[in-house]
Amino acid sequence: MHTPSTSTAPDSGRQILLSHFDDLEQQNLSSTLGMWFFLVSEVMFFSGLIAAYAVYRGLSPEAFHLASRHMDKWWGFANTLVLLTSSLTMALAVRATQTGDRRAIVRNLLWTAVLGSAFLGVKVFEWKAEIDHHLFPGKHFVVPDHDEEHLKEYLEKTDGHVDPVKLEREKGRFQLMFVLYFFMTGVHAFHMIVGIAAVVLFALLTHFKWFSGYGQTQTESLGLYWHFVDVVWVFLYPLLYLIE
Amino acid sequence: MSASAQAHHDGPPADYLSESTVKSWLLTTDHKRVGILYLISVTIFFIAGGVLAGLMRLELMTPRGDVLGSPDTYNRMFTMHGVIMIFFFLVPAIPSVLGNFLLPLMIGARDLAFPKINLLSWYVYMVGGIMGVWILMHGGIDTGWTFYTPFSSMYSNSMVLTAAVAVFITGFSSILTGLNFIVTVHTMRAPGMTWFRMPLFVWSHYATALIMVLATPVLAISIVLVGLEKFFGVGVFDPRLGGDPVLFQHLFWFYSHPAVYIMVLPGFAVISEIIPCFARRPIFGYRFVAFASVAIAIFGFLVWGHHMFVSGQSMYAGAVFSILSFLVAIPSAIKVFNWTATLYKGSLSFDTPMLYALGFMGLFTIGGLTGLMLASLALDVHVHDTYFVVAHFHYIMVGGTVMAYLGGIHFWWPKISGRTYPEIWGKLSALLVFVGFNLTFFPQFLLGYLGMPRRYFEYRPEFQVLNVMSTAGATVLAVGMLMPMIYLGLSLRQPKNAGDNPWGATGLEWQIESPPTTHNFHEPVLVTCEPYLYSPEEAEREYAHAQHVHSA
Ligand code: HEM
Ligand SMILES: [Cu+2]
Repeated sequence: MHTPSTSTAPDSGRQILLSHFDDLEQQNLSSTLGMWFFLVSEVMFFSGLIAAYAVYRGLSPEAFHLASRHMDKWWGFANTLVLLTSSLTMALAVRATQTGDRRAIVRNLLWTAVLGSAFLGVKVFEWKAEIDHHLFPGKHFVVPDHDEEHLKEYLEKTDGHVDPVKLEREKGRFQLMFVLYFFMTGVHAFHMIVGIAAVVLFALLTHFKWFSGYGQTQTESLGLYWHFVDVVWVFLYPLLYLIE
Repeated sequence: MSASAQAHHDGPPADYLSESTVKSWLLTTDHKRVGILYLISVTIFFIAGGVLAGLMRLELMTPRGDVLGSPDTYNRMFTMHGVIMIFFFLVPAIPSVLGNFLLPLMIGARDLAFPKINLLSWYVYMVGGIMGVWILMHGGIDTGWTFYTPFSSMYSNSMVLTAAVAVFITGFSSILTGLNFIVTVHTMRAPGMTWFRMPLFVWSHYATALIMVLATPVLAISIVLVGLEKFFGVGVFDPRLGGDPVLFQHLFWFYSHPAVYIMVLPGFAVISEIIPCFARRPIFGYRFVAFASVAIAIFGFLVWGHHMFVSGQSMYAGAVFSILSFLVAIPSAIKVFNWTATLYKGSLSFDTPMLYALGFMGLFTIGGLTGLMLASLALDVHVHDTYFVVAHFHYIMVGGTVMAYLGGIHFWWPKISGRTYPEIWGKLSALLVFVGFNLTFFPQFLLGYLGMPRRYFEYRPEFQVLNVMSTAGATVLAVGMLMPMIYLGLSLRQPKNAGDNPWGATGLEWQIESPPTTHNFHEPVLVTCEPYLYSPEEAEREYAHAQHVHSA
C-alpha cells in the first residue's frame, strides 16, 4: 500500500495526514469533493429562490420591469467587475499554494478580501439609496407615482377603465420584486461576509505558518467557495438589474 | 492502511466505549460514538412525539372533544407530533444512528471522511431539537407539519417563526450528514471494495445522502420565505399582495416528497442486510436493488405534484404527476420482489430482526399500494385530507421505517453494545408492534374511505367504533415499542457476551470485535469478494447437525 505518513512539522511544507486517511491524495480528494457537493447543495438553495422569481416575473413581467429600473445597472456592472477581479486574485492565491510561495499567498488573499469588501461597500450604498426611496418591502414601502401610472396604463382596457383588484395585484408584484431583490442580494452578501472572514483568517494562518503544506487543500476548497459566490452574482446581476 | 493508525497503541486496544467521561462523549469525533449520541437523542424525541400521539388518540376515543379541552390544543398536538416525528426522529433515525455507526465499518474505513463535521451535525441537530422542545413548552404551533400558507404566514398566531428557524437549522444537520456520507462512499472505500461489492446498506444510504443534499436546501429556503413574510408582512405567498400560496406548496413538496424517501430508503438499507442473513442466501438481483435506490432518489424529485391534485394546479399537471407517481412505485416494487425472491428456497430462521424485517415487508407493501391508489387522480379527490392519507403514510413511515429501524437496532445491537438481549422478549416486542400497528392504522383506512377528515378533534358518532379500535391498537403499539427500550437498556448491565458474529453474518462489520475498537480494523482491509456470500445448503447441514447433536 501507500507509504506510511510521517507527520511533518508545518514548516517543512509537507501536509499533515489525518489519521483516518490512507494518503494525502485521498485526503485532498475528500475535501475537494466535499466542497463540490456542498456547493451543489447551495445551488439548490438558490434555485428555490430563482424558481419563485421566475414564477412571479412570468406572471407580471411589467411590474418586474418597472421595479428593475430602480436598480442602478452601472453600479451593478462595476461591482460585477470587482468580483470577477477578486476571483482572479483568489485563483492566484491557490496557484501560489501549489508553488509554495507564502508571501504571494498572503498578498493575493488580502487583495481578494479587499475587493470583496469593496463589493460589499458598493452594495450597502445601493441598498441605502433604495431604502431612502421607500423601496424596502414592508410597512414603509411606497410604489412611486410614476410607476403606478405606468401600471395603470398597462392595465387600461379599451374603455379607459382600470380594474382595481388587478392594480393592487400588480403593485404587490412590484413590491415582490423588491422582496426578492433584497433577499437574494442579502443572502449573497451573507455568503460574501462569510467568505471574506475566511479569506482573512486564511491569510493570517498562512502568514503565521499554521497550515501544513501551505494550506493547499484548504485554500483550494476556499477558492471553490469564492468562485461559486461570484458565479451566483453573475446570475443575479442580469436577473435583478437588467430586465428589459 | 498506514502505520500511524496503530502506532500509539500497545497492548490490547480498548473498545470505543471504554472511555466514559462526559467530555470524551461531547468532544468525540469517532463515528460510532456520534452514532450513539444520535441514538440517545432520537430516542428522546421519539418518546416525546409518542406521548403527543397518545394524547391525540385519547382525545379521539370519543366523538366529542373532551380530553384536551379545545380544538386549538388539539391542533398544536398534531402539529408538534408531526414536526417532532418527521424532522427530529424519522429523518435522522436510521442514517444518523445506524448509518453513522455502520457505513465506515461496512466499507472498511477508519471513520467517515469528515469526523469533525459529523460531530458538528449532531450539535446542529441538538440546537434545532432544543428549539423544538422550547416551542413545545411555550405553546407550540398549529399549522400542521406542512406549514401551508397563507395560514402559517398570516393568520396563525402561534410560534411559526421559531419553528421555521428550528426546522431550518435541523435541515443543516441533514445536509452535513449527507455530504459526509457521499464523500465517504466515494473516497474511503478499502482496496478491493468496488462499487458493486458494497453492501446494499451503503447503496441505500448513498441514495439517501444525495436526496438530503439536493432537497433539504429547498425546504430551508421555503421555510425562510414563510418566516420573512410573517416577519416583514410582505406578500411572498399572500394573494392580497400579489403572492401565490400554491407556490409554497410546490416548494414544500419539492422537498417533502423526496424527503419521504429520505425516511424510507434507509429502511430499505436495513432490510437488505437482514433478509439475506436470516434466509442464508445471497440477495437476489443485487444490481437491481442497488440501482432501484438510485432510481428512487432521482424519480422522487419528479412527483411532488401528487400532493396537490386538489390545490388548483392544472388538470394536465395533475395527470402528469399521477403517471410519474405510478412510475416511482416500480423501483420500490422491484425491491420487495427481490427480497421475496431471496426468501424463496432460503433456509429461514425467525430471530427478532427477521421478524421485524418480515413485518416491514408486509406493511410497506400495503403502504405502497395505497400510495398508488392515492396517486390515481379520481380516487385522491375523494380521500384527500382524510384518514386514508394518514393511514397510508403511517403504513410506510411507521410500518416501514420504524419497523426497519427497530429491526436494525436488534440486528446490530450485539455489535454496537457487545451484548445480547433476551430473544423471547425481542420476539414478543416484534409481535406486539406488528399487531398493535395494524390495529391502530388499518381502521384509519376505513375511516378515511368513509369520509372522516384528518386534523379534526371531533367527529360524527358513527365513526366511534373504528376510532376506539385505533386507540386500543395504539396502546398495544406503545407497549411493543417501550419494551425494547427496557430490555436493551438492561442488557447493558451484563458482561460483553455477544461474540464477534452472533448471527454468522457476512460483512466487514462482523469480522471485528463487538464492540469495535476506536480505529475499527487492526489490519489493512482487502476486499476480495461480493457481499452476501451465504450458502443455504451449508445452513441446512448445520441445522441438521444441531438437531442430531440435540437428539443424541
Ligand atoms: C410507492 C410510492 C408512493 C406513492 C405512489 C405515494 C403517493 C402518495 C400520494 C398521492 C399522497 C397524497 C395524498 C393526499 O394528500 O391526498 C401521499 C401522501 C403522503 N405520503 Fe405517499 N406515496 C408513496 C410512498 C410514500 C413513502 C415511501 C412515504 C414515506 C416514507 C410516503 C409518505 C407520505 C406522506 C407523509 C404523505 C402525507 C403528506 C401530508 O399531507 O401530510 N409516501 N402519498
Ligand atoms: Cu409524495
